[in-house]
Amino acid sequence: MSYSSLPEDVLEHVFSFVQSDKDRNVISLVCKSWYEIERWCRRRIFVGNCYAVSPRMAIRRFPEVRSVELKGKPHFADFNLVPEGWGGYVYPWIRAMAGGYPWLEELKLKRMVVTDESLELIAKSLKNFKVLVLSSCEGFSTHGLAAIAADCKNLKELDLWESDVEDPSGNWLSKFPDTCTSLVSLNIACLGSEVSFSALERLVVRCPNLRTLRLNRAVPLEKLAHLLRQAPQLVELGTGTYSADLRPDIFSNLAGAFSGCKELKSLSGFWDVVPAYLPAVYSVCSGLTTLNLSYATIQSPDLIKLVSQCPKLQCLWVLDYIEDSGLEALAATCKDLRELRVFPSEPFGDEPNVSLTEQGLVLVSEGCPKLESVLYFCRRMSNDALVTIAKNRPSMIRFRLCIIDPQTPDYLTLEPLDVGFGAIVQHCKDLRRLSLSGLLTDRVFEYIGTYAKKLEMLSVAFAGESDLGLHHVLSGCDSLRKLEIMDCPFGDKALLANAAKLETMRSLWMSSCSVSFEACKLLGQKMPRLNVEVIDESGPPDSRPELPVKKLYIYRTVTGRRIDMPGFVWNVGEDSALRLS
Amino acid sequence: MSPEKVNHLPESDTKLTLGLPGAGGECHRTKAGTKRGFLETVDLNLMSSSNDNKHCEENDAMASSKTPATKAQVVGWPPVRAYRKSAMKGSCKFVKVAVDGAPYLRKVDLEIYHSYQELLSALEDMFSFLTIRNHVNERKIIDNVNGVEYVPTYEDKDGDWMLVGDVPWKMFVESCKRVRLMKSSEAIGLGN
Repeated sequence: MSYSSLPEDVLEHVFSFVQSDKDRNVISLVCKSWYEIERWCRRRIFVGNCYAVSPRMAIRRFPEVRSVELKGKPHFADFNLVPEGWGGYVYPWIRAMAGGYPWLEELKLKRMVVTDESLELIAKSLKNFKVLVLSSCEGFSTHGLAAIAADCKNLKELDLWESDVEDPSGNWLSKFPDTCTSLVSLNIACLGSEVSFSALERLVVRCPNLRTLRLNRAVPLEKLAHLLRQAPQLVELGTGTYSADLRPDIFSNLAGAFSGCKELKSLSGFWDVVPAYLPAVYSVCSGLTTLNLSYATIQSPDLIKLVSQCPKLQCLWVLDYIEDSGLEALAATCKDLRELRVFPSEPFGDEPNVSLTEQGLVLVSEGCPKLESVLYFCRRMSNDALVTIAKNRPSMIRFRLCIIDPQTPDYLTLEPLDVGFGAIVQHCKDLRRLSLSGLLTDRVFEYIGTYAKKLEMLSVAFAGESDLGLHHVLSGCDSLRKLEIMDCPFGDKALLANAAKLETMRSLWMSSCSVSFEACKLLGQKMPRLNVEVIDESGPPDSRPELPVKKLYIYRTVTGRRIDMPGFVWNVGEDSALRLS
Repeated sequence: MSPEKVNHLPESDTKLTLGLPGAGGECHRTKAGTKRGFLETVDLNLMSSSNDNKHCEENDAMASSKTPATKAQVVGWPPVRAYRKSAMKGSCKFVKVAVDGAPYLRKVDLEIYHSYQELLSALEDMFSFLTIRNHVNERKIIDNVNGVEYVPTYEDKDGDWMLVGDVPWKMFVESCKRVRLMKSSEAIGLGN
């Protein structure tokens, strides 16, 4: 019996064990009947760029989906490079899914504009809705949240990770009916104003499966112990404000409450932290795998005391107050560490305010054999250090280095950091994500094009000398999906010479580079499956064609130009008669 | 050069040259913190002091009011998320900024600036068609493209519209509800 004569339901059963999108896509290409079977049994879709496909097309091809993940704005929107009103609206998707996916259970959105109307439509139309994750989203208020709370009877997860929620008021939590006992995960850390504590407490008490609770800053420390005692089964906790008057009774109450939480693996929050209260969490440190102290303004000695008690730590996010000495302690204690993110406490200061240098990162790379993901803000770096890190950790997968002053050279030799980053891409053969900084010539891009064959995302700023740099990347990086560039002297030649490459990528962002409007037009005309969008707030880009375009966003799509472009975005395509603004 | 033809650059293009981004026609309206010139950014790093721009006289007037923070206020750099920036401070004061005639608004967090000059520089970055010209005793905001003059105004806690710059900075931050860059022609009656 050949594979092609296996009955459909057997094939479908086999396919159900294949979860990865990539593998599912490959299955669908085997033959027409596999394509048909596969598309009817795909339960989750991920759309990395919401403008790459229309909701109608997605629903038509995959009619039985239960989980949708969408991403909207380009990554550089996080750093204020994308003007408000650019796009990324989720409403058309929700409207389409209200009809096409009535049994949708999960919606995960990142960098999208979500309105209260959208949330209300979800609450009204999706009867089995269970999971809502709004990561770095905006455009909605607590009114929309109230609708979700009130009408989604089976809600398991509500996660507002770092979203911008308007006019927050506390009453929406009370909209969860008394019959709602299904919550497993609630993250309201980003909410600016108070939530009703009694409503929160009642909710926590009646949801026995609650394992993730991330509170917002407005929840005072004095009340935390009380909540913890109602939910000792918590696995992940985000505290509210971690400061209170120094009183022994508050401290012992808190310490006691924490010691009752035997399952805690992840801690975050720690806003306005008072160091004297930190020991209250010591009893859970031995089990902690994730610690997010990136908003905790505590100094190195207190950080060392804390971190030294967490031998099982796998993921640490922290401010640069940890300094080299703290990272040394981390390297000595946390042998299971996979991910380290060090954020800058004063990114806009002129002078370093902490003693955190390349040494800290070198020490961690030496001491932590499983380290694979790094985000590191610092003020100085050397090629030697980078070479050492690369040789220590060839299994590195994500390496994002931000040397705060643009174009800072190797502090020892004053040379560019080409060789150092070259070592990273050469030794770390599985590197998927890289962010560059410091003084860099075209040479670093030659290294990247030559060695970084698994690289999927590259972020570049103030680097390179000529089009050759961009050309190396576009022609050499076989796995490249996302490229974002700001303030580099890259222009038309490399872009046009590698136009076909752009169709194999999700997107390209270039701002403050040297791309001419003519080249954009040419690209748009020659590549009908790319949207070439010029962002220019001062007027039609062809009114001053001698100037380089300020911001350029190119992405592949099967639906042609989008219809929701604001006045400052021009699609420079085939029929690019520019609108008069 | 058609996309299908080549997959490497011709010899002459592989010579390494340092050059300013842009075709060279742009006025390098340089001031520390908003400059986009390649060479200028290199200068910025090799020299210890901040403002060394010979290109525009505005900088001399601004130099005296510069604080260390303005050096690094390039939009988008360093890559710190707005969420993180506002969370790191104890409070934040987001106000909407509207420019007469522009169809879109911006939101700014007044708490991250230390002076009117910093705020106006940031607005210049955000609404890139505007230029701030410093004259004696007066600042003018001008649209580069059509020469229209704007006057920065704000609505205070009492709902009154005032001229930006009349009160001490901290007082302004505390009482400002929103900002509007009003066309000069319409700003009659708002005081000088």
